[in-house]
Amino acid sequence: MTPVLEVTDLVKHFRVRSGLGDSTAVVRAVDGVSLRIDRGEVLGLVGESGSGKSTVAKCIMRLIEPTSGTVRLNGTDITGLSRRQFRALRREVHMVFQDPYSSLNPRMTCGQIAEEPLRHHRIGRRVARSERVGDLFEKVGLNPQMRARYPHELSGGQRQRVGLARALAVEPSLLIADEPISALDVSVQASIVNLLLELQQDMGFSCLFVAHDLAAVEFVSDRIAVMYLGKIVETTDRQRLFAEPRMPYTQALLSAVPVPDPVEQRQRERILLPGEMPSPINPPSGCSFRTRCPIAEPQCAEAEPLLAEVDGDAHLAACHLIGPAGEAPKIRSTVERAPPP
Amino acid sequence: MTATGQAADTASTTQTRLQVDDLSVRFHTDDGDICAVDGLSFDLGAREVLALVGESGCGKSVTATAILGLLPDAAEMTSGRIVLDGTDLAGLSRSQLRALRGSKIGMVFQEPMTSLNPVFTVGRQIGEVLTRHLGHRKRQAREVAVELLDRVGIPAPRQRISEYPHQLSGGMRQRVMIAMAIACNPSVLIADEPTTALDVTIQAGILDIMRSLRSDLGTSIILITHDLGVVADIADRVVIMYAGRKIEQAPVEQLFSQPQHPYTMGLLGAVPRPGMAAMMHGADRRLAEIPGRVPVMTAPASDCSFHPRCPRAADRCRSLRPELEGRGHDHRVACFYPGEEGGAQ
Repeated sequence: MTPVLEVTDLVKHFRVRSGLGDSTAVVRAVDGVSLRIDRGEVLGLVGESGSGKSTVAKCIMRLIEPTSGTVRLNGTDITGLSRRQFRALRREVHMVFQDPYSSLNPRMTCGQIAEEPLRHHRIGRRVARSERVGDLFEKVGLNPQMRARYPHELSGGQRQRVGLARALAVEPSLLIADEPISALDVSVQASIVNLLLELQQDMGFSCLFVAHDLAAVEFVSDRIAVMYLGKIVETTDRQRLFAEPRMPYTQALLSAVPVPDPVEQRQRERILLPGEMPSPINPPSGCSFRTRCPIAEPQCAEAEPLLAEVDGDAHLAACHLIGPAGEAPKIRSTVERAPPP
Repeated sequence: MTATGQAADTASTTQTRLQVDDLSVRFHTDDGDICAVDGLSFDLGAREVLALVGESGCGKSVTATAILGLLPDAAEMTSGRIVLDGTDLAGLSRSQLRALRGSKIGMVFQEPMTSLNPVFTVGRQIGEVLTRHLGHRKRQAREVAVELLDRVGIPAPRQRISEYPHQLSGGMRQRVMIAMAIACNPSVLIADEPTTALDVTIQAGILDIMRSLRSDLGTSIILITHDLGVVADIADRVVIMYAGRKIEQAPVEQLFSQPQHPYTMGLLGAVPRPGMAAMMHGADRRLAEIPGRVPVMTAPASDCSFHPRCPRAADRCRSLRPELEGRGHDHRVACFYPGEEGGAQ
């Protein structure tokens, strides 16, 4: 079956002015990313700030043009298409943004906002569209009376629901959710996560869930891809990623997320990473993680590790130190923990 | 809170560093008054990490600014006593308060970029704290600043000291903020969402620094956060706030294992835990929700402010305000139907 989304060797380099004068530098925001999402599947894309995860999302939306690589939506490469040609495919992919305050037009009512994609794609007559918006509001858990309200009258959670109604108005086959809950309060996050899962099961769309919150990503995703410095360094299904992370960065990332349970949290082994993610202007040679990796060896500086199978094609990781049978490299916990109180 | 309640609080810690008693803060706005904090009391023991937890609008940051004497003009402290190491802050003049901030109380804010001055080097900003409060000379201040940067884990501190804030990453800036805050070895550090803007691998390092401040320097810390993972990692005791009031307080392990207030239980159920999704299938894969939203309090509560969102709300909750009552050792909750079984004591 054709995957809903197939991204191959996606590269996005930005040219920036550096320092004084006319010298320019290249920011390698996305540097050879490949991923696929099957019908009805939720792929979580995680990474820390600057890893390039939002740039991947924007390239898929064609909000920015990739430098090279292909993005296939239901089998059609959309990277080479003109605006006019893309317009027909535009229906297939919609996006929910991080900030529900700046992503809704303050001069339109919430009803108009949710209706806009229908108008844009010339779907239905006015009455039918209005009915559809009413249905959508009900679906996303908003009182239909909210249609006459303006975004500023709504809470953050309600606004994010309006954003979801707009994104799902034309029944896209792919929803891109870029940090959809990170600007919300804990209890509101839970309700948006529940709503997203409910709608996804109900309507059957595929979803690229971009977030830095690993716990939320684990909760919603079927498969997860971990990004570091413009590249995917590990990808597999949810259970396997959390149970048997292979790449040292994934191991460190998982160990750094505090678990909301004091007894367990204070007994966990943690891997503390030195330093910070290097600049994508001047990435390290070889493995881009080697500058922070607690177990890096000389070979890691020489060649770039490729994303390779560690457990059939269901689990890929990019690390020279993974054993011949796919064993994860051992990292001893680098932090001594105080005993629980 | 009542005087007896206060005594019970104090008894649990051997040495009280900071005592907040019946703090109320009101904001005067064009649309009328807002009660941001209402009758809040707590104390902070020596070497203790106390977490103030709640969602936005619950009054936790206002509490911090009130303790620091930095409330904006529109806000008024209508009641309350704040005692730091035996000194009642209400009796102090503005300049005395200023001398206290930075020397006896340090503070760290969420956004390190806006809290650092962009036109001065890191060394000069840390140095200023030292010259102002400790009377260090310039050269001496510089040496101490290097030591401080080293202590908060900034590599190559001698070079870093002549850099400007924009040259540092978010995590490094937050370390600089902490270095400034601890420059005079304050007895109390107030950290308002210190890791919220940072990545998790950076957050882990910042939390480690706070832990070492407590163990090496004996600093007491008030940690304001909404992240229950961070609370589980570092807090000794937890105060849960809702709509400006303290609704539950307990030692950290007890709060997570036996939450008593329905709001606390709701918060704990709303965050996904590792492995949780794997055990839930299809339509069962759901997080616990708390319907509704935090109310804006225009007057002090005369009922339970949580009742419109509470699954247990009864007539009593709608007409009477529950006061804090003990539920086991050092565990206090303001609810008529607390605990798992709803208060069958």
